[in-house]
Amino acid sequence: MCLAVPMKIREIRGDGTAVAELDGIPSDVNLSLVPDARVGTYVVVHAGFAIERMNEHEADAILQVFKEIADWQKHAVESAPGVVP
Amino acid sequence: MKYIDGFRDPVAAAGVRAKLDALAAVLETRARAVNIMEVCGSHTMAIARYGIRDILPKSVNLISGPGCPVCVTPASYIDAAIALAERGAIVVSFGDMIAVPGNSTTLAECRARGGTVEVGYSPMRAVELAEAHPDREVVFLAIGFETTTAPVVMMLELAIRRGIKNLSLLTAFKLVPPALAALLSDPGIRIDAFLCPAHVSVIIGADAYKPFVNQWKVPCVVAGFEPLDILYGILGILKQVSHGEATVENQYSRVVTAKGNGIAQSLMAKYLEPVDAAWRGIGVIPLSGLGLRPEFGAYDAGLRHGVSMGAGDENPACACGEVLKGKQRPPACALFGAACTPDHPVGPCMVSSEGTCAAYFKYLR
Amino acid sequence: MLSRALIQQEIVPRFGAGALKGLPDGATLPIPAGRAMVFTTDSFVVQPLEFPGGNIGDLAVHGTVNDLAACGARPRWLSLALILEEGLPLTTLRRVLDSVKKAADDCGMAVVTGDTKVVARGQCDGMYVNTAGIGELIDGFELGAGRVAAGDHILVSGPLGDHGMAVMAVREGIRITHGVTSDTGPVHRLVEAVRGLAAGVKFMRDPTRGGLAAVLNEVVEGRGRGILVRETELPFSVGAQATAEMLGLDLLQVASEGRLVMICSASVSGEVLNAWRALPEGAGAVRIGEVTDSKGRVILETITGGRRLVDVPRGELLPRIC
Repeated sequence: MCLAVPMKIREIRGDGTAVAELDGIPSDVNLSLVPDARVGTYVVVHAGFAIERMNEHEADAILQVFKEIADWQKHAVESAPGVVP
Repeated sequence: MKYIDGFRDPVAAAGVRAKLDALAAVLETRARAVNIMEVCGSHTMAIARYGIRDILPKSVNLISGPGCPVCVTPASYIDAAIALAERGAIVVSFGDMIAVPGNSTTLAECRARGGTVEVGYSPMRAVELAEAHPDREVVFLAIGFETTTAPVVMMLELAIRRGIKNLSLLTAFKLVPPALAALLSDPGIRIDAFLCPAHVSVIIGADAYKPFVNQWKVPCVVAGFEPLDILYGILGILKQVSHGEATVENQYSRVVTAKGNGIAQSLMAKYLEPVDAAWRGIGVIPLSGLGLRPEFGAYDAGLRHGVSMGAGDENPACACGEVLKGKQRPPACALFGAACTPDHPVGPCMVSSEGTCAAYFKYLR
Repeated sequence: MLSRALIQQEIVPRFGAGALKGLPDGATLPIPAGRAMVFTTDSFVVQPLEFPGGNIGDLAVHGTVNDLAACGARPRWLSLALILEEGLPLTTLRRVLDSVKKAADDCGMAVVTGDTKVVARGQCDGMYVNTAGIGELIDGFELGAGRVAAGDHILVSGPLGDHGMAVMAVREGIRITHGVTSDTGPVHRLVEAVRGLAAGVKFMRDPTRGGLAAVLNEVVEGRGRGILVRETELPFSVGAQATAEMLGLDLLQVASEGRLVMICSASVSGEVLNAWRALPEGAGAVRIGEVTDSKGRVILETITGGRRLVDVPRGELLPRIC
């Protein structure tokens, strides 16, 4: 019960709404719950409302963790005897 | 898709799987499996969508708790919504509710018979309709956990600011922490850890789970809904279990903060107060819901239109309560596969397309 | 708007040559001796009438062309029946009819007979269209789910779900501007291109209502065979994926209106893909999985490696928050 997607703010209107986009697909978003969002900010959007900003620093950090796990996995597969990578 | 695709990388998933298997092998010396409960419909959906149970070690038991607010909405709420549509109100609902049966029929069938039932992706649809049809009453079906409650209440505030008088909410908001407490207090179930909901936690903050850790010593890991989030969350739980630890671990720190969204919390406190709430298939959990404060009674559809929703209409043979708590498997329920199927579900476990009973039914087909 | 005036002003100028000249009650058609003919019909009630990438007109032509193509037939003749709501703007009707003409011409299909009716305001949502099509069965094709065997390959001609997402984005009023474009288009040239491999082609279908999930389940239902598809191989456009994420929808259940799903023997699948990729409408063709022994089930191997069932779609596709 919390389907929400990360979207990037493209344009802010004066009335509390904004245009945000996911992979270039723009959609209207209400910013009333995250009033300090700016153009370029990533926000998480649920039911047409931004509910929080995305902390890109934290996002990049966890993505880095997963990248390292992926590298570890690739290495493990490649060095396993008799396994075709 | 930025900040989505990176959390769906198959090679990283294989890596986390390998680490899970290795850790599970260590834990195999335990007498029994580790029971992890997730309490969010979106986690249930994602776990099903990505076949996560298929790849988990045997010593990890993932239980789907009462995490879908649509599914735990009592049948009588749906009956009340249908009654309002039949009386000529414009009923606005999220898509999830449209096909859920009340005690006799669904909102979809009501619409087919001429009732005005509108599906809204956003609660603002109710405002649009109220402004476009000033001569009609608009009722928004205000269900959801904290994630949805905040946008709905914001919609109400915006409607009030615009001077809209023909809009009201039929409320059935539910709270996650009281449900967790009720589950943990049940001596018949053993929950070893919680996989905590991602976006509920955005609103309430990761610190909201500290009482559970302190009182019941269960690890609480807040995880996102992407497959890597879920797998890594389970790994985090197993690590805590293997060290005999119990802490709140916020693995969704890219969005969840310790304190949550203060604006959302203030807004909810302004308009809403805790009330007892009926959970379909479980019964009443004290102070597990939110209702409109008396001063906003004009916007409460139940008061405004004189509809009430009794709580005591559960089918006594429905074993959802036991299934949701992980005490029973679906086939043990007398109604399973007979009176209760995906096409005519009785309780929430079958109502949700990814509920425990619906999932069992699909795989045994 | 009287039907007669309508026909004179709008139908005759566009379709009044050939078999429709003089507007006979029925079309007399030269059926080639000894040929098997394929006959199909479909009705179109799409809302909205116009959407990014097309309208009910070209949808109605492509839908019937594609049903004929999926049966292994070369499309020849089309009937066009229109039910119009009183008050439908003439400009809308003209755009739809222009699209019908263009689509039929592009497919080499002649509109040979038809009908128009006008109904009262409040009926038929603007416009309903029915098309029926006759095509010539191409030699060598013997198609049916019964021919499908374990080991056969499953191919799709391009990205899935664009049409359904384009229509839903407009309909749900979520104001997704410049979003997904419908994939409505004909697939008969894809079938023509694999004539020489017909012996190895077992089954074809265009994945419309219910999407790929409906087609694959139909193939395995009640048979001693199953299907395995791999999520990493499924083709989706960036726009359709993003829109589906926002609305909480499963693209496997979303309609395409210009794609073909084929089940063929492993020995010909490479050549089929080469033939398809040489055509613009097949540029995104890929193999997505194979037929297995797991009775009556369609299984998806997800990106985690974990497997799950691909269910028969139930009911309306609705945006969700849960």
